[in-house]
Parts: sequence; C-alpha cells; structure tokens
Amino acid sequence: MATDTKKDVQAKGKVKKFFTSPARITIAIAGLFFIIALVESLTGATDISSPGTSGATLRFAIPLLMAGLGGLWAERAGVINIGLEGMMIVGTWTAAWFGYLHGPLMGFVAAAIFGLASGFFHAILTVKIGIDQAVSGLAINLIAAGGARYLSGVFFPPVGGDRTVSPPVDSFPTFTIPIIAPVLESIDAQNIFFISNLAGILHGLTKDVSLVTIALLLLVPLTSWILWRSKFGLRMRFSGENPMAAESLGINVYHIRYIAISISGMLASLGGAYLALVASSVYREGQTAGRGFIGLATVIFGNWKPSGVFAGSILFGFTDALRVRQSESVMSLILVGGIVAAVLTLYYSISRQWKPGAISAVIMLVAIWIHQRVDVIPQEFVTVFPNFATLIVLTFLAQRLTPPAMAGMPYRRGSE
Amino acid sequence: MKKDRIFWGTVAPLAAILSSVLLVSIILMLRGANPIEIFQVMISYGFDPRNLVSELNQTTAYYLAGVAAAIGFKMLLFNIGIDGQYRMGAFFGAVVGAAVSLPPVLHVLLIVITAMLAGGLWAAIAGYLKVRRGVSEVISNIMLNFIAAAIIAFLLGENLLGILPEGSQNVQTRPIPVSGQMPTFKMFNGEVYSFLFVAILVGIAYWIMLNKTVFGFNLRATGLSFRAARSSGVNAPGMIFITTVLSGAIAGLVGLGTLLSDTHSYSMAFPSGFAFTGLSLALLGRNHPVGIFFAAFLWSFLERAAPVLEYEGVPPEIVIVMQGTIVLSIVIAYEVVARINLRQQQRAVGKVNVELAKESK
Repeated sequence: MATDTKKDVQAKGKVKKFFTSPARITIAIAGLFFIIALVESLTGATDISSPGTSGATLRFAIPLLMAGLGGLWAERAGVINIGLEGMMIVGTWTAAWFGYLHGPLMGFVAAAIFGLASGFFHAILTVKIGIDQAVSGLAINLIAAGGARYLSGVFFPPVGGDRTVSPPVDSFPTFTIPIIAPVLESIDAQNIFFISNLAGILHGLTKDVSLVTIALLLLVPLTSWILWRSKFGLRMRFSGENPMAAESLGINVYHIRYIAISISGMLASLGGAYLALVASSVYREGQTAGRGFIGLATVIFGNWKPSGVFAGSILFGFTDALRVRQSESVMSLILVGGIVAAVLTLYYSISRQWKPGAISAVIMLVAIWIHQRVDVIPQEFVTVFPNFATLIVLTFLAQRLTPPAMAGMPYRRGSE
Repeated sequence: MKKDRIFWGTVAPLAAILSSVLLVSIILMLRGANPIEIFQVMISYGFDPRNLVSELNQTTAYYLAGVAAAIGFKMLLFNIGIDGQYRMGAFFGAVVGAAVSLPPVLHVLLIVITAMLAGGLWAAIAGYLKVRRGVSEVISNIMLNFIAAAIIAFLLGENLLGILPEGSQNVQTRPIPVSGQMPTFKMFNGEVYSFLFVAILVGIAYWIMLNKTVFGFNLRATGLSFRAARSSGVNAPGMIFITTVLSGAIAGLVGLGTLLSDTHSYSMAFPSGFAFTGLSLALLGRNHPVGIFFAAFLWSFLERAAPVLEYEGVPPEIVIVMQGTIVLSIVIAYEVVARINLRQQQRAVGKVNVELAKESK
C-alpha cells in the first residue's frame, strides 16, 4: 500500500523492523511469557497464566474483536461507524429473541441479518443522504438502545422474561479438544518453570471452547485476506484513502461503501450475539456496556489492521478478565509491564535511541513505584484501561498511525 | 434571502418532529393502541402544572448542554465530551463547595467558577490533542467520557471524597452548606431552580459573543473556513482550542441546577447521556439560543410525559426512539434543503454565464 510504505520509510526505527519479522515476533512473545512466568514464580500469584484466565480472556475478547473488525470494515471504506454500540445491542436483542424462539443457531442468523440491516441503515444515511457520520452513528446508538428497551417491554414479560431480561436461551454446546487439553492440563499441574505457565494458558484455550468462538476467530485472517489479497479489498481501501481517485478509475465508491458498512453492522451485531448466546445465555439490558466504543478503540490501537485489532481486543479482553477474576493479578501484571519496560530501556540505550529509551525508563519507574506503593488498583481504573491506553497511543504515537486518509470525511460523487 | 433562511429554519424542525410523530404512531398502531388518544394523554399530562415545574428544571440542564454543543458546532467541533465535562464540573463544584465556607453569594460564585474550570480543563485535553496532535475530537472525547466517569467513581470512594449517608445506598460528596445553595422560586405551585436564570444569561451571552464581538466573528470565520480565517490573520488553531475549552466550561455548568438547588451534593445518581442530548438540541435549534431553548423544553417534555404511557400499556422507552428519529429527520431535512439551495445557486450562476456568453457574441 502506497501510503503505508511511505510512512514506513519515515518511521524506520529498528524496533519497527524488529517487530515486523515473524520469527522475531515469536521470540518477543516467548520473552513476554518468560517474564510472566518469572513474575509468577517470584510473587506467587498464578492467575495470569491460569487456564481460567486465558479462557475468560478469549470470551471477553471476542465481542471486542467483532466490534473492532466492524469498525475496521467501515473505516477502511472511509466511513466512521460510531453506531457500533447500537449495532451490538441489535445483535444481543435479536439473538436472544430468535434464539429463544428457534434455538441458538437461528439466533445467530437473525443477529447477522438484523445487523446487516442496521449497517445498511447507517450506509443510507451517510453515503446516500450524506449526513454527518458521527450524528448518524450516535442516533443509531440511541434508537437501538431505546428500541431494544421498548421491544423488551413488549415481548419478554409475556413469555417469562422481565422488562429488562429475556427468558433464558439455550447455549451453544462447548467441547474440550481431546488428547491435547488433558496433556496440557497435566503439564500445567507439574509446576515446571515457564513450560507449565505456557501450558496453563494453552489449556484454557483448548478447554470448553465453542465452535462459534473458532468460527468468529477465523474472521480475522479472512478480513486480512479480503483487505490485502482480493479485488474487493483493494477497492475498499481505495475508497477509504481517496474516493475521488477511485471513482475516476471506474470504481463505484457508493456500492463499495454500502457493502462494507453493511458488513460492519453484521460483524458488530454478531459480537452482540456472542455476548447473549455464548458468553451468557440471556439478553440483559446494558449488556454491551460500552463494548462498541472499546471496539472503536481497538481499531485505533491496532492501527487499522486486522491483526492489530485482534491484538488490541486480546489485550483489552485480558484486562477485563483480570478485573472480573482477581484484582491482585493486576498488580503482577504491572510488574510484568515494568520488566518489559526495563528490557526496552536497555535495548534502546544500547542502540542509542535516547528519546524512546527515556520514555520506557519513565514507564519502568512508574510501574515499579505503583507496585511498591499502591496496594490495590481500583477497579474503576482497570475498567477504563482500554480507553486510557487508546488515548495514550493517540497522544504519543499519532504520527505513526496510518488511518485511511479519508475516513470520516463526507464524500459526494462529482464534488470536491 | 434572510426570510428564506428563517422559513427553512422553522419548517425543517417542524417537519422532523411531525415525521417522528408519524413513525411512533405507526409503532403504536402495531401495538394495537390508538396513537391520537395516547398523544392526547401525553400532552395533558405534560402540561400539568406539577410536571411543568420539573420540565423547566430539566430544561435548564438540557439548555446548557445544548449551548455547549452549539458553541462547538459553530467551529465544526463535535463535542461529544459534554458528558465527561459536565461530570467533572458538577463533581468538583460539589467538592469545593462543601470544603469552604464563604458569604452566601461568593460561595455560589466560587462553585460556579470551579465547575466551569473543571469542565473547561477537561475539555482542554481534547482541544490540545486536536490542535497539536491532529486527533479527532470525537474519538478522544468518547475515551475521555469513560475516563472521567472512572476517575469520579474512584474519587467518590468512601475513604476519599465520598460519604455514605445513613439510610442511603448511594455514595455522595459532603453536602454544600446553606451559604452555597441557590434558592428556588415558586411557579405553578412548585419549586423552580433559580439556576434557570443563569442558563438564560448564558444563552444571551452566547448570542452576544457570537454576533457582537470580534472573538465571535473570528470563531465563526474559523468554523466556516479554517484556511481563509488563518490567512486573514486569525490564530485559527488557537481559536479551535479556546472554543473547545469554552464549550467544556459551559458543559461544566450542566449539573449545577440540580446540585445547587436540589441535592446539594454529587452522587452517582447524577444522570448521564447529556452529550448526545446537547448535540441533538443544538442541531434541532439550529445553534440559535432561542431555538435551543424550545428544543430543550421539547426534550424534557417528552421525557416527563413518557411514564404516563405505562398506564396505556405502552413501554415508555418509545420516547427514546422518538427522540432519535427527530434528530435523524432534522439532519436529513437540513441536508436535503442545503442540496436544493446549492442546486438553485448553481442554476442561477449557469443562467448568468449563458447570458454573458450571448452578450459577448
């Protein structure tokens, strides 16, 4: 991609190179796990790498991932989708209602259809009529929230639900991967340094998984393939970067955007359906709890790339899981962050990059200070970690981000 | 030309409200209810003197949120951060108000200034990110709203700034002493916040600032065209920053009516959602102080009259759908009108060109 390579040349840091080679990413991740193992054996807290945490992380991450992918599809085509939250609400409600009537599979199908429709609605408003994208998205959030509450009041009480809670819906069956999971469990129980920690994490990912989770995870490579390997993806990115030039080459930007935003709605809605049908087995008012906005944050955090969105949602899902499970683990996580910062400081000072070196040294000191002086990190701050992290990324790395050039800008055929 | 503008300025909102009434009527008929009957019940309930009082009090808050949004809109800023700014303002106003003892008027004044400062400073973060880092104010403000709520929830902890009054479930700040409270006045047999007058003053000040001062001229100029304003010597980035802070300062006042005249302390029971309401009202009122007032009253009216729907067997949340559709229809109406105007102008220009071409032959 033209704009990317240009910016890559500008930001030709060694770290960038370091992290782009797959083999080295593996080394970096292994190093991270090593530090986690070290911290766990030092502090005695075991929850970071316990199978429960990694399983919960996956369950919390999937809705964020779907919202994030939804945001990615829309923004790559050049339209910001602030209505992700509302589209997730559409998903939770329709999944619960149709899931109650016809079983969970139909719940998912219904959520996909209605999500597609809600995305299409956003597309009509922003592409065809051309109203402000933020206004349209926020109005969709409002209408979806109000509409879901209205419909809950109409439909749920007669069938044994409540005005805010649907009747319970059958969940999807989960299964444990044979052979691999028990083996991992036994390794985890051995308490070998590093290997057991790794096994614990993998055990959580192979135990009680739902087919839906795997299917939705596959959407990440699929999105990647569509964006960078297919004709449609090229046109979609073109519409986001320079719609006028795209139009002049005979691409129908309107059609591309209609399709991309509709799919965006469908993805967000599936994330909502996951909340209602897999993560729980009921629709509850306020179930989405701002996850659509965090999905929007993962798009920025992941620098408008599917793999980045995936990494962001795993990170945010992880903090969510730790918040729910055990607040002490947050402390050990801060220590992990401190050690990572220390390693980076060392690396930067050796390679004589003083500015990033100083930043990571400060991060290291802050982490150590918090670890020494603060007893418990308040829950409130753990909850908004994704928002805070996004703000930090925007503040300090805004120059390195490569958003689609025309995302959020109104575009009308034949006008400048 | 001006007449035209006023005509469209009133017709578009009315058309929007009408179309939303139509849509809700259809939904109600699907439910098997008689929409005309239900609207009659809502109107008679909403104009009941008892309810008018609480509507006026709610209008005060909504109006300030609307003006805060309108200031931003004049600069093409989409201040979705009103929610966080209002929280910061109300919270720190309450904390400072409870911590000091001053003579009556000064005390209130201090609370008001604190609230404006808190709201303004919180907005300044988004302003800085916008001007210096090129970060879209929509994204940064959404994140800042969540962060503001978390900071306040943390500070309201019992060991910090919050107390748990006896027989209550809600943590709140210490109560503001009598000298820092604002009186209410009697109207329709009820207690109306005197902060309503402050809100009206803010509206007047907004109008004067925008239309009668150099600052307001620069603000509008930058909003209309950043480049043109900059090349004519206006410090355009500075204007964007100041406007953001100003909008945040007004947003900091949103919760003060309730704080100063009713609860006298901040608690988690303070409602949220002012950002989108404010933006909707500014859109509906076309950024005009009087228009925003009517819009704010309409919003409070709808919300106050909603519970009566319960007796008719209709879930009252239908009102939220109604508000959402009003906003969408109004924006669509403006967009369509703007496009018609543009076409007419182009046609007029085209005619002139044709005539000029004929003359030159």
